[in-house]
Amino acid sequence: MLSVYKKELRTYFYSPLAYVLSGIFVLVFGIYFLTQTMSKAGQGIAQIVFGGQLFFASFWLVMLIPILTMRVFAEERKNGTEVLLMTSPISVPQIVIGKFLAAFTVFLTMTALTAIFPIIISISGDLVISNTLSSYLGFVLLGASFVAFGLFTSSITESQIIAAVLGTVTLFFILLIDQLKTLVSGIFLKIINQLSLYEHYKQFVQSVISLKDIVFFVSLTGMFLVLVMIVIEKRRWSQG
Amino acid sequence: MIEIQNLTKKYGQIVAVDNLNFTVERGEILGFLGPNGAGKSTTMNMITGYLPSTEGTVKVSGYDIAQEPNEVKKRIGYLPENPPLYTDLTVDEYLSFVSELKKVERSKREQQISDIMELLKITDVRKRLIRNLSKGYKQRVGFAQALIGNPEVLILDEPTVGLDPNQILEVRNVIKDLRKEHTIVFSTHIMQEVSAVCERIVIINKGKIVAVDTPENLSKAITKNSRFTIKIAGVKASVIGALKAIDGVKNVEVSDKVEEDVYEYIVDSDKQVDVRKPIFFAMAKLGFPILETKEEELGLEEIFRELTTKNIVVSTESDNSKQDASGEAPEEDDQAEEKEVE
Repeated sequence: MLSVYKKELRTYFYSPLAYVLSGIFVLVFGIYFLTQTMSKAGQGIAQIVFGGQLFFASFWLVMLIPILTMRVFAEERKNGTEVLLMTSPISVPQIVIGKFLAAFTVFLTMTALTAIFPIIISISGDLVISNTLSSYLGFVLLGASFVAFGLFTSSITESQIIAAVLGTVTLFFILLIDQLKTLVSGIFLKIINQLSLYEHYKQFVQSVISLKDIVFFVSLTGMFLVLVMIVIEKRRWSQG
Repeated sequence: MIEIQNLTKKYGQIVAVDNLNFTVERGEILGFLGPNGAGKSTTMNMITGYLPSTEGTVKVSGYDIAQEPNEVKKRIGYLPENPPLYTDLTVDEYLSFVSELKKVERSKREQQISDIMELLKITDVRKRLIRNLSKGYKQRVGFAQALIGNPEVLILDEPTVGLDPNQILEVRNVIKDLRKEHTIVFSTHIMQEVSAVCERIVIINKGKIVAVDTPENLSKAITKNSRFTIKIAGVKASVIGALKAIDGVKNVEVSDKVEEDVYEYIVDSDKQVDVRKPIFFAMAKLGFPILETKEEELGLEEIFRELTTKNIVVSTESDNSKQDASGEAPEEDDQAEEKEVE
C-alpha cells in the first residue's frame, strides 16, 4: 500500500497538474476572499466568518477534484500498467486505498495553502478560530468523499476526459439536489436533507460538529472506495 | 513447477482458451507458440493471475492461483505483451517502485536493480524518463521489471518484439542464462526463436493445444515424407528414371545444376522406407557417382504452418492425452482474437 501511495504522490508532483490545480484553487479563493473582505470592511463589519468563504470554495471542488483524480485508474488501464499491479503480491483494496490516500494528500496540500487567508484575517482582525477549524474539518471530509467519487469515475472508464466530465457533472447534480428543497416538503424534504452533501457540510460551517455528519462523509467515502474495488474485480472477470 | 489442468477461458459464447493441459518442469524453458489470437496472452494472463479462469486450475510450486494468489504472484515475474511501464517515471524510479511492490528486502533492492540493469544493458538510461526511451529500451525495461524479486517463474509474452536483431540475440542469451535459476515460459510466433531457446514447445491454435514436444520430435512426428537432397554426376534423364523406379520414392525434382552433368535432385520418399541404400546401388549400377546426400529436417516454420492451418492434433506426450484428437472444426473465434489484443 505504501509503495502505491509513494509512487502516486510522486506522479502527482512530477506532473504540472497538482501545481496548476492548487494554483487555480488558491487564486479563485483569493479573489473571492478579497471581494468579501473589502466589501465588508467598507460596511464596517469587524468580524468575518471564514467558514462562509470555505463553504463557497467547496463549489470549486466539484470541478477541481475530478480533474485531480481522472487519471488514477483510467491511465493504468489504458497503458496496461494495471497488469503489473494485479500480478504483484498486493491486494485490490491495498491498491485502491494507496491511491486514495495519495489523491487525498494532494487535496490536503491544496487545502493547507488556503490557510493563508484565515491567517490574514487573524492578523488584521478577529478570527473566530472555533468556526474556522470546524469549517475546515467539514471541508476536508467533503473533499475526501469527492476524491473517492472521482476515483470511482476514473475506475469505470479508460478515458481520462470521460472520467473528469462524468465526475464533475455528477457532483454538480448532487449539488443541485439542494435546490429541489424549495419545491418539496414533508418526508421528501427530510430525505433530501439526509442525502444532501451540502446539508451535512453546512453543519460544520455553522460550527456544529456532530458525529452524525462525520459518519455520513466517512461512510460515503468508504462506499465509493468499495465500489472502485468492486469495479476492478468485476472487470477482471469479464474482460479479455 | 507449473501445472495447468483443464484451463478454459470463455467470453460469453466465445471460447478463447479451450481445456489446456500441460506442465512445466523446474528449470525448463517452454516455448509457447501460436498464431495471433490463438489464446497465448489469455493463457499467460491466467497463469499470472491477472485474469481468472472460467474453468480449470493453474498451480505454481504447488500453490493454486485461485486459492493463494499472493503465494503464486510472489513467485512469478511477468512481462505482458505491452510492457507495463509508468512513462512519467525514470527507469530507476520505476524499477524501485516495482521492487517495493514485489516486496524485495530494502537492503537488497539497490544491488538487485543495478544487477538487472547490467544484465539487460539499460544502465546507461537509468536516469531517463521512460517516456523518452526507444521501443527497444522500453521492452528491456519491461523485461527488467519481470526479473525483479528474482522470481522462480518467468512468464514472458513476446519478449523480443520491437528489438533489433542484435538485441534479439542478446535477449535470447539472457533468457538462456536465466534458465539456471528460473523456470521460463515464453510466447512467440517467431519460429527460430523457439528452436534457438526452447527445450520444449507447446503449440496452440484457436485456444487448443495442437502439439507438445521437443522441437526435434515435432519435426519428426509431423513429417510423413523424408526428403533428401542428392547431388549426382550423370545424365539427367536416366538419373531421374532410375530414381523414380526405386520402391518408396514418391517424387523427384531437379533443384539445381551444379556443373555439366552434375545436378542436385530433391527426392521425397515414404518415411517408412529407407531409400538411401537402393539409391546408392541404382546409381552404382549406372556408373553415376553420388557426390552428396543430405536429409532435410522439416523446419519449425513448416511444422507450425502445418499444425495451425490444418486441424491436426499431435499428441506425443502422455500428459496431453486428454486432448481430443477428433479434429473437429474449431469454433470461429475472430472475436476472441480482437478481445485478446486489448
